Amino acid sequence: MQQQDYVSQIHRCFRCGYCKFPTDYSSFNCPPYKRFRFDTYSTGGRLWLIYAWLKGEIEWSEHLAEVLYTCTTCKNCTEQCPMKFAPDIVDWIVGARGDMVEKGRIPPRVAHFFEAVYGYGNPLKLLRSERAAWANGTKKYAPGDEYLLYVGCLGSYDENGQKMSRSLVDVLDAAGVSFGILGSDEECCGNEVYMLGEMGLFQTLVEKNSQKFKELGVKKIVTICPHGYNAMKNRYPALDASFEVYHYTQFLAGLVKENKIKPSRNKAKVTYQDPCFLGRYNQVYEEPRQILHSIPGVELVEMKKNRRDAFCCGGGGGNFIMDLLAGGEDSPARVRVREAYATGAGTLAVACPSCLTMFADAVKSEDLDGKLVVKDISQIVKESL
Amino acid sequence: MSDIYEALVKIVGKDYTSNHHEERYFYGRDPGLMTPHEADYVVMPKTTEEVQQIVKLANGEKVPIIPKGAGLALTGLVIPLKGGIVMDMKRMDKILEVNEGARYVVVEGGVTHGELREYLNEHHPNLRNSLPESPPITTIAANVVIHGQGRLTNQYGFNSDMVNGLEVVLPTGEVCKIGSCSVGPYWFSKGPPLPDLSGLFLGWLGTTGILTKVGLKLYPKKKIKDLEIFVTDKEDLIPDIIFKITHTEMVEDLAIWAQERPLMFRGNYHINIFLTADSADELEMKRKMIYDSVQEYVDSKDAGFMTINLDMRREFMDNPQKSMTAFADVRRGGGFEYAGPIIPLELYPECARKVAELAVKYRVVYGGSGRVIHGGHCMMFSFAYTFNRADLDEMGRARKALHEAAEFVADKGGVLWKPNIDEQKIMMDRMDPNTLKLMADIKKLLDPNGIMNPGNWEVK
Repeated sequence: MQQQDYVSQIHRCFRCGYCKFPTDYSSFNCPPYKRFRFDTYSTGGRLWLIYAWLKGEIEWSEHLAEVLYTCTTCKNCTEQCPMKFAPDIVDWIVGARGDMVEKGRIPPRVAHFFEAVYGYGNPLKLLRSERAAWANGTKKYAPGDEYLLYVGCLGSYDENGQKMSRSLVDVLDAAGVSFGILGSDEECCGNEVYMLGEMGLFQTLVEKNSQKFKELGVKKIVTICPHGYNAMKNRYPALDASFEVYHYTQFLAGLVKENKIKPSRNKAKVTYQDPCFLGRYNQVYEEPRQILHSIPGVELVEMKKNRRDAFCCGGGGGNFIMDLLAGGEDSPARVRVREAYATGAGTLAVACPSCLTMFADAVKSEDLDGKLVVKDISQIVKESL
Repeated sequence: MSDIYEALVKIVGKDYTSNHHEERYFYGRDPGLMTPHEADYVVMPKTTEEVQQIVKLANGEKVPIIPKGAGLALTGLVIPLKGGIVMDMKRMDKILEVNEGARYVVVEGGVTHGELREYLNEHHPNLRNSLPESPPITTIAANVVIHGQGRLTNQYGFNSDMVNGLEVVLPTGEVCKIGSCSVGPYWFSKGPPLPDLSGLFLGWLGTTGILTKVGLKLYPKKKIKDLEIFVTDKEDLIPDIIFKITHTEMVEDLAIWAQERPLMFRGNYHINIFLTADSADELEMKRKMIYDSVQEYVDSKDAGFMTINLDMRREFMDNPQKSMTAFADVRRGGGFEYAGPIIPLELYPECARKVAELAVKYRVVYGGSGRVIHGGHCMMFSFAYTFNRADLDEMGRARKALHEAAEFVADKGGVLWKPNIDEQKIMMDRMDPNTLKLMADIKKLLDPNGIMNPGNWEVK
């Protein structure tokens, strides 16, 4: 997306408000709008403000930038907008963010995000040398291994993400998969950096990663995180970095089909959260469900809003770190765990480390400890082996 | 001014009060063509009590206050023409009661039509509300305040005719109940057999009070829906065709449309006939009665029923009709506005010719559509023009086309619906002087300080 493209197109939004809803109109499905409720925080509001900024009708302000950066890039709006330009909406928002980045007019939390990724290779500002602290002897990728397991920043550093990584490694080992990790040589995938509009840094990350992959002869990549999956599948090829990329749920679904993993009984009533970057961005809806269905005893109950209508956890677009949507009972993660609990499920299954921690925290805030447990699909599979 | 901000924060909290330029800018305009004017504050109350406190504050300080739903009337009715406090009502989003036996619902002042549709689908699948074709974010309260219409308007009248009671915060801060709910727990009537006071608020565009609760009639939801489209290239036949179809009393909704894009539709007038039934036999009986009612026009080859492809059927059956909103992007420009006068059916041919004539004159793209109201006593005719928001010249031409359409219809005896401030003046200039005085007296009595949505329905 060239920045001039959004400049010449952004006035086309009519601010009709369809972007606020899921396919049915039962509730609001735009995370920042749901959280803040001023129309400015909806996609239509955001696009009108960007246009006003471009025309010079409003000045840049920290509030304007915050409105822009509370968008989690969840893509609900592109699913619901009735206009022909619907597929381009997130690109327009990213384009405007790119302009703000170039002008150096971004909220401090966004700047800190970039500084952390630039300096530490991850947005949590944790030491590179600690990136593989979770790994506990997991084999490093070596030429000849079939798959590179790309762990990602949250899978490497976040406490819940680390548990997810360990369980996935155990499942892959149990299935006899030939794979390895990069360990402390791994670098941020750049998905959020892209979504936040820092195109230069994104390009650097892609080059660093792809160079490493190529040096090691990597052809096939399995990612733990849907964000990394999205970047490597959809953004890297434009920068001459094409690999065969799978999200781990696609990969595990294949192993289940081939009988390479045979889950035993695990009685649980489970509901599943479609991560935005797996679902709306890449239409991977069925594989995670196929895995859950393959586990004897697991009863999968759907939340009313699922698949293309799934309500984002609020962590996308860097908000897992920046936390611009935090606080209050209308924060997206708290809303979503209430919806999960309303299904009667005892387990909220996720396929994304961002969702995992966002929901785990929300369960505490909602006082649902002991009533609803949040688990990654790899953890559920591991328990059933 | 900072005192007012602090006072608003005390009432609704910091999260729901803004004096940031971004909110003041956005809430100072709508997607139509009226000149924007920025708000001073935007506030989002959650309860009637909060609304009451805000109104008392505004009345004490003589600060304008503008209640707002989705702001999709397109005629600038929620633009704060004199600044002040824009009150976004959408946090008042509770559906309070459905009385299934008496077929009514009571909702808070910010409940959207979309929310109610889904609530009924889930909890009361045999009931429905009269959904407008505007986007689902449209609030019920704002829709009845402007005398909106919906899919059940041919059967039951304006959506404001479906009101069953109101709770209103008056401009001086008192909370007032209107209708049967004023004397007991039921919301089955907005007036009769009492004096009908709902007329003090419906149609007043938020200049006489703020609706914090609305009782709304619900209607049977039939099991089967279907659509026929009757087409003619002779606009002069439309009034009689409508007269004959409405005589059958078999139709749920009747909408007439003519547009120049795509070109295949040019020069034709399409009558969408929506049918509902509880059985195939009932549907067939209704269909046959409709066929019989217009057979003479089929025989004379002046009109006929159109084959409807699957996509088109899906689009038209959708309610709200999402594709209607996409008209705003015909010029790849994000804008349209329509003047929607209420006219007797006999004026349809002249309006149909006028909408196209003005499009040529002002070099804009038009859509002309109408909706039959309450069995044909009148109809809404929409002079709709799309424009590119990045093209100021085209916006100016669309504005002139709309103004000329409004003058034209008013001269013919039509009444302008949800009129912008210029159109309100057109109406008031033609209004019986005693009627005008009565309006002024009512306004002065209810709103002595003139704080409610000032600039609208302002009798000079």
